[in-house]
Amino acid sequence: MTATALPVSHNDDGPRRIRTLPHPTDRIFRGVSRGVGALVLVLTGAIGLFLAVQLIPVVHHYGFKYFTTQEWDVEGNRVGVAAAIFGSVEVALVALMVAFPLALTTALFITEYAPRRLKPLFVSMVDLMAAVPSIVYGLWGFYILQGQGLNVARWLAEWFSFIPLFKVDSDPHSAPFLKPQFTESAFIAGLVVAMMVIPLACAVMRGVFDQAPAGEREAALALGSTRWGVIQAVVLPFGRGGIIGGTMLGLGRALGETVAVLITLSQIDKINPHVLQNGGVTVSSLIADHFGDANRGVQLEALLAAGFVLFAMTLFVNTIAGIIVTRSRSGATTEI
Amino acid sequence: MTTTAPARHASNRSSVAADRFEGADQPRRLGKTTLDDRLSLAGAAFGSASLVWVLYYQMLPFAGVLGFLVCWYLAFLGFYVLLTAMSHPVPLVLDRLAQAVIAGGAAVVGLALVFTILYTFVRGWRPLVHLNFYTKDMGGVQPSDSLKRGGVLHAIAGTGIELGIAVAVSLPLGVVAAIYMSEVGGRFAKIVRTVVEAMTALPDLIAGLFVYTTLILALGLQRSGLAAAVALSITMLPIIARSAELALRVVPGGLREAGVALGATQWRTVWQVVLPTAAPGLATALILAIARAAGETAPLLIANGDSQYLNLNPTSNPMNSLPLFVYKAFKSGDPGYIQRGFGAASLLLVLVLSAFVILRLIARNPSGRSR
Repeated sequence: MTATALPVSHNDDGPRRIRTLPHPTDRIFRGVSRGVGALVLVLTGAIGLFLAVQLIPVVHHYGFKYFTTQEWDVEGNRVGVAAAIFGSVEVALVALMVAFPLALTTALFITEYAPRRLKPLFVSMVDLMAAVPSIVYGLWGFYILQGQGLNVARWLAEWFSFIPLFKVDSDPHSAPFLKPQFTESAFIAGLVVAMMVIPLACAVMRGVFDQAPAGEREAALALGSTRWGVIQAVVLPFGRGGIIGGTMLGLGRALGETVAVLITLSQIDKINPHVLQNGGVTVSSLIADHFGDANRGVQLEALLAAGFVLFAMTLFVNTIAGIIVTRSRSGATTEI
Repeated sequence: MTTTAPARHASNRSSVAADRFEGADQPRRLGKTTLDDRLSLAGAAFGSASLVWVLYYQMLPFAGVLGFLVCWYLAFLGFYVLLTAMSHPVPLVLDRLAQAVIAGGAAVVGLALVFTILYTFVRGWRPLVHLNFYTKDMGGVQPSDSLKRGGVLHAIAGTGIELGIAVAVSLPLGVVAAIYMSEVGGRFAKIVRTVVEAMTALPDLIAGLFVYTTLILALGLQRSGLAAAVALSITMLPIIARSAELALRVVPGGLREAGVALGATQWRTVWQVVLPTAAPGLATALILAIARAAGETAPLLIANGDSQYLNLNPTSNPMNSLPLFVYKAFKSGDPGYIQRGFGAASLLLVLVLSAFVILRLIARNPSGRSR
């Protein structure tokens, strides 16, 4: 190794090594900006740390049963997040089932089918959809979507009740249709959360689809491909990372949605695997619901620890999504 | 012309072939529709609507508009495929099916968005026409009182002050973080970018909890507008950083190289070339973040109590805000209060919508390029 390395370093024909010392202003500039970048990291770390610290007294007080107990009964000293974690995943999965096809088709429509002149309008409509306050979606879901969703839920329960997921503890065939059994269910909450997942996932997918290489598109068209052929052969394979990453970012959003779920899901501290049936709880709705009456002490710490569970869940999902999206994106700057 | 002359005199069949051959030199028409396209679309839509209407409303015991629309759409897809398959090869059938499915999905999303906005305004316009809705607070007003009494001034002021503080904190931090990710770069910047991306979708509730544990529990601050503003700036920071970075990245690399080649330091290049070029994009980032943060409810629920009175001091006493007002109104279950809540929700939507109008204006007129 050393024998071969020596001649190379003394080779006069090789390119001169260029070492530039950055100007003092640049050193300050880079230092400051690196500091701010580090601050962002520290902030995220601090959020995790401060919430994680709360786990210690909680686990000390309730033991690891905190993660397996369903009830949130402070007086009875039985407090746990099992039902909430289950509910969060349940609502998020319902939301993804609805949001994924819609986000994908919307992104494809905007990149492939929309008239060129209308494209910026559609793009900003998706942005607008992301900016509509979640409480507005919550109200809309409670007053409008629920009325329509009930019929769909009843139909599903009627025909697919042999699947345990769609079972409802009432007879859907009975003449007096027991509406309260179907209202404020994980299904309805999932539909509302889907409204918030769609723009997020769609924006990521659209960004990636837009970058599908024009040369390959044109090649496919020149070979006589239809538009669907182009999508199938060029756009979708190229955008696979964006599709997966965008969906996972949406999952992170769905796990953390608070107010809309609080409005559309009636709070029951119990694992409820029947998605169409009234009642359930998610980690975030649990926290928001109980925060008002939480005093200092172990009840508050239990809520903050639930916050850490939520943080860990979403950060895990989002980081994986972020890695996938970043990897799928071509990194260089635009050239003139 | 002479070379094509024999073809003209040939039989009818071969002249058609020649025409086809000549047509091959013209570009393929991708966006245009033919009569066949339009007629089969309309025919399939009408046929399926009729069939589903008869089956759904007349013969089967179904009800509900949503169910009808879903059945209609599915029947339409079937009709459309069959109709196309009668006269076209499989790739074209697939193409039309894909187009119908994709356009249908996009239409559902668009309609849902439009309905959400319209519904809020329809339920909320009544309080908006009273001037006192903007100039009075709810102090001493019963929720069931006439809409001529009381208003949401306290919530408007709260939202304004909290957003102002949040912007003042998160805009400089976010833009510098974006500059770091895009201009300085390096391995550490990649880590920061991944984390920022992950933080963008961090639940807003978590920001509220974080502020509660640090500012309120550890530092003994009151639940106040300031605490809420810090929570909001934590939610805004990654949004600004991420979209500002996207804006910086589309600045042509040649401009940076030109700046550095003229002897400017990197800092000067960023300050005088990159940032002015990216100014419209940065404005977009800011407005998007404001629009997002204006509607956040969960962190306010935790970091800020609600009050019925106007409070302009962010450091002491709770401060109401529009989303919080809407939530409390919904929770109260009182019809009059809920109507006021919808009024406040409409105001929020007006805020968000006007942000997007400004965005469109910026996009249309990219000033800041010449500064």
